[in-house]
Amino acid sequence: MIKKYLILMMLLCTFSLMAQEHVPKNDGVKSINTNYTVFTNAKIYVTPTQVIDKGTLLIHNGKVVATGTTVNIPVNAVVIDVSGKSIYPSFIDLYSSFGVEKPKRQNGGSRYDANREGFYWNDHIRPEQNAVDYFEYDSKTATALRKAGFGVVNTHLQDGIMRGTGALVALTNEGGNGERILNDRSADYLSLSKSVKTSQSYPSSLMGTLALIRQVHHDADWYAKGGITIKDRSLEAFNKNKGIVKIIAAGSKINALRVDKVGDEFNTQYVILGGGDEYERIKDIKATNASFILPLNFPKAYDVEDTFAASVLDLSTMREWNQRPSNPKALADNGITFSFTVDGLKSPDMLNANIMKAIEYGLDKTKALEALTTVPAQILGQPNKIGSLKNGAYANFLITSGELFNKGTKIYENWVKGERNVINDMTVKDIDGDYAFTMAGTTYDISISGSSSKPKADVKSNGKQLGAKITYKDNWVNLTFTSTDTTKQEFMRFTSRVNQGDNLSGKLIDPNGNSVFVVAQKASNDDGKGNEMTKRGGKAKDVKMVPVTYPNGAYGVSQLPKQETVLFKNATVWSNESDGILKNTDVLIKEGKIAKIGTNLSNRNATVVDATGKHLTAGIIDEHSHLAAASINEGGQNSSAEVTIEDVLDPEDIGIYRNLAGGVTSIQILHGSANPIGGRSAIIKLKWGESADGLINKNAPKFIKFALGENVKQSRSQNGTRFPRTRMGVEQLFIDNFTRAKEYDAKKKNGQPFRYDLEMETLAEILNGERFISCHSYVQSEINMMMKVAERFGFKMNTFTHILEGYKVADIMKEHGVGASTFSDWWAYKYEVNDAIPYNASIMHNVGITTAINSDDGEMSRRLNQEAAKTMKYGGVSEEDAWKMVTLNPAKLLHIDNRVGSIKVGKDADVVLWSDNPLSVYAKAEKTMIEGATYFDIEKDKQMRLKIKQERSELMSMMLQEKNKGMKTQPIKVKEKQLLHCDSMD
Amino acid sequence: MRKLIYIYSVLMLSCSLTFAQQTPADKQTQAITITGATIHVGDGTVIEQGTVVFENGKITAVGDSNSNITAKGNVIDASGKHIYPGFIGANTNLGLVEVDAVNASNDQVEMGSMIPHVRSLIAYNAESKVVESMRPNGILTAQVSPNGGRISGTSSIMQLDAWNWEDAVLKADDGIHLNWPSSFTRGRWWLGEPPGLKPNSNYGSQVNDVVNFVKESKAYLKGKRTTKNMPFEAMEGLFDGSQKLYVHVNDEKGITDAVNFAVENGMKMVVIGGYQAYTVTGLLKSNNIPVLLDHTHSLPANEDQDYDLPYKNPKLLADAGVLVGIHTGNNSNFQTRNLPFYAGQVVGQGMGKEDALKLITSNIAKILGIDNQLGTIEVGKNATLFVSEGDALDMKGNQLTHAFIDGRAISLETHQTELWKRYHNKYQGQ
Repeated sequence: MIKKYLILMMLLCTFSLMAQEHVPKNDGVKSINTNYTVFTNAKIYVTPTQVIDKGTLLIHNGKVVATGTTVNIPVNAVVIDVSGKSIYPSFIDLYSSFGVEKPKRQNGGSRYDANREGFYWNDHIRPEQNAVDYFEYDSKTATALRKAGFGVVNTHLQDGIMRGTGALVALTNEGGNGERILNDRSADYLSLSKSVKTSQSYPSSLMGTLALIRQVHHDADWYAKGGITIKDRSLEAFNKNKGIVKIIAAGSKINALRVDKVGDEFNTQYVILGGGDEYERIKDIKATNASFILPLNFPKAYDVEDTFAASVLDLSTMREWNQRPSNPKALADNGITFSFTVDGLKSPDMLNANIMKAIEYGLDKTKALEALTTVPAQILGQPNKIGSLKNGAYANFLITSGELFNKGTKIYENWVKGERNVINDMTVKDIDGDYAFTMAGTTYDISISGSSSKPKADVKSNGKQLGAKITYKDNWVNLTFTSTDTTKQEFMRFTSRVNQGDNLSGKLIDPNGNSVFVVAQKASNDDGKGNEMTKRGGKAKDVKMVPVTYPNGAYGVSQLPKQETVLFKNATVWSNESDGILKNTDVLIKEGKIAKIGTNLSNRNATVVDATGKHLTAGIIDEHSHLAAASINEGGQNSSAEVTIEDVLDPEDIGIYRNLAGGVTSIQILHGSANPIGGRSAIIKLKWGESADGLINKNAPKFIKFALGENVKQSRSQNGTRFPRTRMGVEQLFIDNFTRAKEYDAKKKNGQPFRYDLEMETLAEILNGERFISCHSYVQSEINMMMKVAERFGFKMNTFTHILEGYKVADIMKEHGVGASTFSDWWAYKYEVNDAIPYNASIMHNVGITTAINSDDGEMSRRLNQEAAKTMKYGGVSEEDAWKMVTLNPAKLLHIDNRVGSIKVGKDADVVLWSDNPLSVYAKAEKTMIEGATYFDIEKDKQMRLKIKQERSELMSMMLQEKNKGMKTQPIKVKEKQLLHCDSMD
Repeated sequence: MRKLIYIYSVLMLSCSLTFAQQTPADKQTQAITITGATIHVGDGTVIEQGTVVFENGKITAVGDSNSNITAKGNVIDASGKHIYPGFIGANTNLGLVEVDAVNASNDQVEMGSMIPHVRSLIAYNAESKVVESMRPNGILTAQVSPNGGRISGTSSIMQLDAWNWEDAVLKADDGIHLNWPSSFTRGRWWLGEPPGLKPNSNYGSQVNDVVNFVKESKAYLKGKRTTKNMPFEAMEGLFDGSQKLYVHVNDEKGITDAVNFAVENGMKMVVIGGYQAYTVTGLLKSNNIPVLLDHTHSLPANEDQDYDLPYKNPKLLADAGVLVGIHTGNNSNFQTRNLPFYAGQVVGQGMGKEDALKLITSNIAKILGIDNQLGTIEVGKNATLFVSEGDALDMKGNQLTHAFIDGRAISLETHQTELWKRYHNKYQGQ
């Protein structure tokens, strides 16, 4: 079929071919065609909002000369009458790899250095790439794109974090690349994926990627100032590309927010390739002020017939199927500029059906059209050349049977730069419809569809389905169908010439070879395409969409909890202050703070909670957590001080909710232990439902993770090539880095010119007492070493985390003034914990070190109350002191004890109501509040369980209906959220 | 609180006088009587102000203050304290693995797929530092299981105070472990497949491999067996009822298939793992199939599930009448010492304390087939029990003062307590 079109198109195209005067011609005479082409009587969409009824379109030399109702038609014009048809500007795709082959993945183990010379030190930064250098016209894909309605695409080399410039390409078959390439530096592309042409390991994480993008900006600036003396073609290209529009492939709403933040830091407004899930955080998406490129790859329904398999399907995944088609409407409703891409679709063919689906979900048709025409043109800064039929614009347009995005509307032709491409022959009569004839007393009902492209026939007799085959070519219809006697293999054959009239008439040959003339009467019900468009406007069909929650899955909330005034009556209050444990005490929570503690308190506006027999405590604080982050380790370098967990917070981690159910209110999300100098921490409150930014505790100081021992020296990797490989080397690495940081800081303070270095900035903050270290550590030698290094450079270690042999050097730690955050009873999982003992916390505590119990584990973190109780078992710590190890002490270590960690008037109302003594294994958190708002409530949790069950079955039955309707489904799959630990290489 | 601190001082003092703690205790020669304690029998009942007498390794008398039991031999006054039957760790790797990340110290996975002839007790390290660390928390007996391949090999049940594997073994070769094929597989992302779970397309053929292996074994065992086949030989106990089949399986479909498979082949089956067993309690109950659930301190498998599903899972099974116990699961070896707290966790979900105790004592003894010797404090059973200062299922109360295995007064010291004392004393002196 495609081949046929190609030949047809080549024949039709020749007349619009333009000979160039500077190109010699040796196969004939130079024939230059200066004729005009004019289209009359069309409904012309000059733009999606400027429409001319019964208008004329005049084109010449591949451009629009005029549109209107009173256009002067030159005498040398070929006139094409397109009465009853519509003309639209053809579509534009901004995110394409058309004609640019994706590079093959390079094999070979990971390496730390770049494999290129004369470019940036990191192979994934390739702004010097220009799509035009790789471009090779791909006529097969071009045909498919034109068939879907595209006239131009912006293509680029989809490889690397910085990918270089794209090229705007017209999808013309003739005229060569000189004709096709409209702009060879049309946009500058970026992504969050690494180049496959190199195995350089940095960046190994999303936060490394974001940090790298920042550092490139600083380095390019330094290069421009002459600070880098060697030739760097990447930085040169980066600086050269500064003025052109930047398109970044974020691929999800959350990444969109992340990259926009980085862009803002450098006054760059990216155009963002979204993920189709933007509706889930639409207010935040709007706040980016970015234009979006939206994919239309709506998920298919899942096959839920197998109940076992279906049981593992998450609500969030099912909602994606149900809700994603509403994404474009959500952006439109919120005034966010967006265009569409076919990127992510199996074939451009699916564009129309998916846009129609979005329209069913309420997307305005004009918006849909704009997203394919004027919006992308605007984004590329070419509104007068593409995306419209204004005078002087390229003659890129579609001729259609009616209104676009209506059922049954066909694209007949797609003209690109004045070159005609036939998609569906508009001279071929459309014979779609229902017909009937009677022969020998038997009535046959024939239904024909797809007649102008892929004809299909359905034949029935008295309701009995007959096998049928149809061909339709050169105005002749051949229809073969089985006889009504299905026990036999007999066929009836019908041949008809298609004439002016509606009926099909011709010869019918029965199985016995008898030939009769029959007339198949076309049914009169005017189900014609003409009416279809009026029947369906851009109005939402009856679509059942389940509501969006924050996060958009199980236990998500439709509204963030509000601060309440709450009076807890008659509780056992674990104050963590000099008052100790107070029996029969009332606590008033007001305006997010602990307002009053006493007996017989009252407040007219307060919701009273009878806490008789229950225990009220400060919320648990986990000094060492890896929850709620998209990545934990940047192991691509031995120092990654440039990265920050704040860049990659994941507010949708169900771990947040589960931790609230365990009484946890604050956590420090630490970088992992892949390298001695890790990344910066995020200290957050577990405000389930908030956006990433809303989680961050703005009152907390800056922290960074350091690490020592087996992990950083890559003990379990056989062929490590990264320094250091021993504890001896670890010390040298710190000395080297701090020596350089000191020099860097001095230069900066003296006003000398310097290369802005994100790593050195961070380390200088440590030297200046502006950033604290939490250091992963196990054995006594390395703990001792770290303190000596700190002392040598004039700063103090803040916290040793894990610190399982802290008990061996507790006196030295005490003298240094460092705190400890340890496991209650972990050991035996690796060699360096051979001497780890559960009495560690109690010994350090007894020596006078501020000691906390941490989790480093998404499961244990929700039972930290029990872990604290183990210090009573192992070493006899008192109840009060044991409880402080998961509340006040970690608050002290994080320097947030002025706001949280105890029940004291004026502190944040981060409190937990327990069913029992909180140190008991029998205790359950019944209510967890943060700043006076209830984020977990055991009764609400019960209600949510019921709702989840209901919604699950509702969505499953909707999916079953979809399957019954014959729609395609996909097999069950489960996205697994990996539980991240220190060792996780993500 | 002062009391606790006092106890600590006394403990410290007494500890510093003892030595060579890791040496296995001598055989019981003299009768021992413990008086005045709350006895948690392990069958759901409690005896207040109770007395226990044991002689020659066996319990000879149990009762309350009205039962007129005559104190014999060495009398221990345990007033205000609690007596429990020794906790039993089922399906552990104790003694097979010393340090997880050190391959040289790891003997839990043998190569091969159908290797029932591989026996765990052979590799059991009686002097493991991890094993000794179980005792101060009340775990005195453990089933030690291999876990490689499809049929992993044969487990044995050991008491945790021994010189070598021969005197450690309580019940040799108690059962064979089968890793049932999983209904889901993970995408091999390194081959470009999408990560996450998808239905296992090879499930049917993998199940057939197991079915065929059993058929082949049966056919072989009926024959003359002149040419010995070690794997088939090892299967005999499953068919004559002398060994149990421990099927490691978690999902509803797998459990259902495994139960049908075991019933058809006349094997005594135990489900190990059993995360979704609560959905097929009818099937399990009608076929008398017990479940050894993975420990409660784990996360729900799916986002949508109740946050406390792992906490209450044992209760769901117990309420439905299924015989259920708890084991450490795929947690690290050392975590087995938290067994009492795994049981305690269920109490928060509404199970009675004494019923929760059964999850790690009498129920496990029944499931492993050693309930004639262990699991409760009853006359005739092994004197494998301990005395705790407080509630042993709660971290706050689990504080052992005495422990006995077969009446032998075992040491509660470990590598860890030695280090504790060493450094405690160092700082005391400063």
